[in-house]
Amino acid sequence: MERDKHFILGVFDDEDILLNAVREVRATGIRIHEVFSPYPVHGLDEELGYRRSRLPIAAFLFGLLGTTLALTMQFYMMKFDWPMIIGGKDHAAFPDFIPVTFELTVLLAAFGMVGVFMISSNLKPWGQPRIFDLRSTDDKHIMAIDVATNASVDMEKIKDALKSSGATEVNSKSFD
Amino acid sequence: MAQANNYNLDQRFDFTASVKKVIFILGGIGALLLVIGILSAALSGGHGAGEEGGHAFHWTKRLFANIWINNVYFTGIAIIGVFFFAIQYAAQAGWSTALLRIMISFGYWLPIAAVLMLATFFVANHDLFHWTHSYVFDKADPAYDRIIDGKGNFFYWPMEKGTFPIFYIVRMVVFFGFWVFFFNKLKSLSYEEDLQGGTSYWYTIRKWSAIFLVFFAVSSSISAWDWVMSIDTHWFSTLFGWYVFASWFVAGLSAITLVTIFLKDQGYLEMVNQNHIHDLGKFVFAFSIFWTYIWFSQFLLIYYANIPEESVYFIERLSSDVYGPYIFVNIVLNFVLPFLVLMTRDAKRHNIFLKLVCTLIILGHWIDFFLMVQPGTLGHNGGVGLMELGMLLVYGSAFAFVALSNLSKHNLIAKNHPMLEESYHHHI
Repeated sequence: MERDKHFILGVFDDEDILLNAVREVRATGIRIHEVFSPYPVHGLDEELGYRRSRLPIAAFLFGLLGTTLALTMQFYMMKFDWPMIIGGKDHAAFPDFIPVTFELTVLLAAFGMVGVFMISSNLKPWGQPRIFDLRSTDDKHIMAIDVATNASVDMEKIKDALKSSGATEVNSKSFD
Repeated sequence: MAQANNYNLDQRFDFTASVKKVIFILGGIGALLLVIGILSAALSGGHGAGEEGGHAFHWTKRLFANIWINNVYFTGIAIIGVFFFAIQYAAQAGWSTALLRIMISFGYWLPIAAVLMLATFFVANHDLFHWTHSYVFDKADPAYDRIIDGKGNFFYWPMEKGTFPIFYIVRMVVFFGFWVFFFNKLKSLSYEEDLQGGTSYWYTIRKWSAIFLVFFAVSSSISAWDWVMSIDTHWFSTLFGWYVFASWFVAGLSAITLVTIFLKDQGYLEMVNQNHIHDLGKFVFAFSIFWTYIWFSQFLLIYYANIPEESVYFIERLSSDVYGPYIFVNIVLNFVLPFLVLMTRDAKRHNIFLKLVCTLIILGHWIDFFLMVQPGTLGHNGGVGLMELGMLLVYGSAFAFVALSNLSKHNLIAKNHPMLEESYHHHI
């Protein structure tokens, strides 16, 4: 069976039950593909065993790019391209460059981080987000389990594990 | 639920003899350094000729400038404890409930600071403040100063300029009076809550906190002009109040973080976990950058505009052999170090980084105040020597003793605070 195609979905009403369920389901050796919730649930990423996001690294690199760009631009303009004496200062008066440098650093870090996040979480304009269950945008928490990654576990066993850990319904969902 | 009750909420800090011993040893080393510093200054060339108005430089002047730096600095840390306590209530914050008693314990230094500040002013006003000399207001005197004369009413009103600075003294007394009043009000309400319980105390404390914050907004700014900016009487900066407040705030937050970590290390405050420490670290990180923003805003405008009456402040410091290097030490300790070290999440969650950075920040903001006070009072006769280090240690250990000994008299955790449970479940 192909990966990332066929899923078993557990639907949960309450975040505390959900957190317990995640713990119990993982304890049985079943690997969870993803949990969808209408709002951030504290502690969920730890229960799911996620690694820390690498987004800050992207932010730092984009920030560094902004700093470099801003300083290069200003030094080039003020020192070589069109030197001007302002307020009796040297052409390349470093303190004057700080505000623009700061702004460009923040701008590029923020835009870069948002862009990277959009692309990496498939929210890019040309992306086709997969909707597991529309109710995860309203009042239900959806736990998705990939059938293929849990091929060694019996389907019925997965469904039982979801039910016994408090899922109000257990559905299947396939994508083309 | 109600897991906060699993802990011993009546736990008190035991101010043991071994902790006291460490504080006394530090204070003793400070006193020793201070005495050596004074002796070496008094015996060798302590009477060198100064230039200011023909006055000879005397070592007592340096001693008074030192006392003044620490008076202002530790008053700031003390009032920031009360201020941060009030902020928690005004912002209806729940996460910090387990840390409230640490913040408020700093306020016990305020009455002592008030006495020290007033006493130092009465003994050493001529050594610290140029505007206290009556000749600068006397048109017949060759040292008559038109600019200071124009600002004279700010110190002397309603008395005649050059006599007794009644307006200045009244402001000092009123500020300290109200600060101590608000501190007493907040702390006794908080202690009463321990005994009585209920939510009414929380509402009452929030009301008093809001009133205090309004008063503090005005008084912190004016006290910065009075106690620090008026040393360089000719010079002025419109954001000086914010600058001093920012410096106080970062130092105060670092002190709160250090005491919290110290108590954790001693086995107290079981409720406090790395999430609370992380939040304190964020505050230190964020407000270090805030301080830098204010410092740089002040510097850049003066540098860019290049108006002599403003630039003189930085020329006195940057182009001085004595103070020039400390400007850069100041920036490195208070901006570069916390910015780089505390940037990652892991650093803010590990006590060792926070201990290092917070200690260095407390030293760094002392240097900030050193740079505000000494150039205007001592000129090229200043510097960081044994006298300065000793005085800082003496004040620091006295402050620690007062704060910790009063912390040990009440419960470490406000056990009937309505948001205690929220603080226990704090998770970031």
